[in-house]
Amino acid sequence: MLAMNYRGPYRIRAVHKPEPEIEHPGDAIVRVTRSCICGSDLHLYHGMVPDTRIGSTFGHEFTGVVEEVGSAVQHLKPGDHVLVPFNIFCGSCYFCQKELYSNCHSTNPEATAVGGIFGYSHTAGGYDGGQAEYVRVPMADVGPTVIPADMDLDDAVLLTDALPTGYQAAEMGDIREGDTVVIFGAGPVGIFAAKSAWLLGAGRVIVVDHVDYRLEFVRSYAQCEVIDFKQVGDMAIHIKKMTDGLGADVCIDCVGCEAAGNFAQTLLGVKLKLQGGAATVLHWCINSVRKGGTVSIVGVYGPTFNAVPIGNAVNKGLTLRMNQASVKRHLPRLIEHIQAGRLEPRRVISHRIDLRDVADAYHIFSSKLDNCIKTVLVPPGMVRETTTAAASL
Amino acid sequence: MNMPDPSNTRSPSPSHAHIIGWGADLDPAMRPAYPKERTPPRLPHPVEPPEQQHSHAEVLHSTERPGITPIFGSTLPPSGLSGRLRRVAFRHSENDLRHWLMLLLADRVQMGEGLIEDISRGHVPNVYAEMGGRAELRHNPMGAARKAAIGVAVLALVAMAFKGRRRTRRLRG
Repeated sequence: MLAMNYRGPYRIRAVHKPEPEIEHPGDAIVRVTRSCICGSDLHLYHGMVPDTRIGSTFGHEFTGVVEEVGSAVQHLKPGDHVLVPFNIFCGSCYFCQKELYSNCHSTNPEATAVGGIFGYSHTAGGYDGGQAEYVRVPMADVGPTVIPADMDLDDAVLLTDALPTGYQAAEMGDIREGDTVVIFGAGPVGIFAAKSAWLLGAGRVIVVDHVDYRLEFVRSYAQCEVIDFKQVGDMAIHIKKMTDGLGADVCIDCVGCEAAGNFAQTLLGVKLKLQGGAATVLHWCINSVRKGGTVSIVGVYGPTFNAVPIGNAVNKGLTLRMNQASVKRHLPRLIEHIQAGRLEPRRVISHRIDLRDVADAYHIFSSKLDNCIKTVLVPPGMVRETTTAAASL
Repeated sequence: MNMPDPSNTRSPSPSHAHIIGWGADLDPAMRPAYPKERTPPRLPHPVEPPEQQHSHAEVLHSTERPGITPIFGSTLPPSGLSGRLRRVAFRHSENDLRHWLMLLLADRVQMGEGLIEDISRGHVPNVYAEMGGRAELRHNPMGAARKAAIGVAVLALVAMAFKGRRRTRRLRG
């Protein structure tokens, strides 16, 4: 089968490799119909995540048709068109019993801090991802969700990570009616966090980035205010001037370890890798939020450490909330929002690229060429255009 | 006279009638991850703990665990020098910085191993294509030209330095 293949930082290619097999009675083999490149895939692509082995296939946002199921699978059958949450989780461990599916303790032998994730290095369990024609899906009765027949596949694939992560980012901000919410990052997750902040009753939503076409998009798509941080001297002062001198009620980090905006942070965290990435946005969040406010973090950071102004967080009495999204618990409500027309996630998709051109796709997304916001990889022979799950079969 | 401090007040929020869905999840009861921990989990079907997966592939596990997890990825077992480094890294806990730094080192070592493996199979990797060179040329031709010019300049400097060293050696000899 055709699959994306990592060869080292900034180097990938499409290769033919053996198809996956059932390795556990709870597995399914899924033929991929859509697979996205996530902003967090870029951390792998740039060599930022430890234990990213040469030959890995990335991809944790995908939909597909079930081809084969293991002997213990009871609720999924060949032919079902499913969206597959990026978390691999058992549904029964101590953490899954609390609906903390992203913190599952049964699916990642290599680390205890993170659960299993498709195609996200051996630090996240050593699973192959969905940027391929076929993928092994463990715990097939637990994670995958059959896509409603009338749902557009492009909406469905964004339900596997980007939309739930953006929603959970806003949700962890504990937004109350009229709150001022500042979101750092105008990538897909930041865009969805902005949309979600309105659903949660925010009074003002402000998105910060420096990529002009993304700021233009989010201003129109999420009907929010925007700030180009390159036009701003000091972020904390600027946010305070916009918020009656108090600071924002909620600040959300949707950027993570490769943030631009501070030379020293970029040098230490990204270039020299002396910390787990640049903590620029964490600084901005802590210093721009009001006393007693909430900082919500969904940006991905490396596992080592980051230099952050924790003293300011203590003195300001902040609440810090963070986690990977537990996708499955968000799906019913987010599907309702899509079906009611309150959310239209597929509009963020700017590029549909054949899986054979995966190297170009990564470069376009990573370098923000051609006004790229979100890239979908389509395996050869799959329907490329926007279509519903039912019509694509 | 004390002036009122403008930083003690909040401006009123404007109307949000124009925003589709505004406040649909204002009530915490409508928020799917509220409260943060929720038992029992609302999965569509009852779930039994998974039985142990078996594999012949070598799978490393964190020292912060008693053993392997019931489910795991069996791809790309450690091999070569990078594999040896990974095995040593996994002697240290996730709490120990050496664990992560050795894994990063192993990643860089394996990059070289990958190149050697490619060449030993008679495949010379097309690094230009692997780095998305075609896309750069199509969507950012000026950037591609700049990178090419920098590359040529660096190569020229290296060649000149090399030539200079050879000439110095010849004169000494």
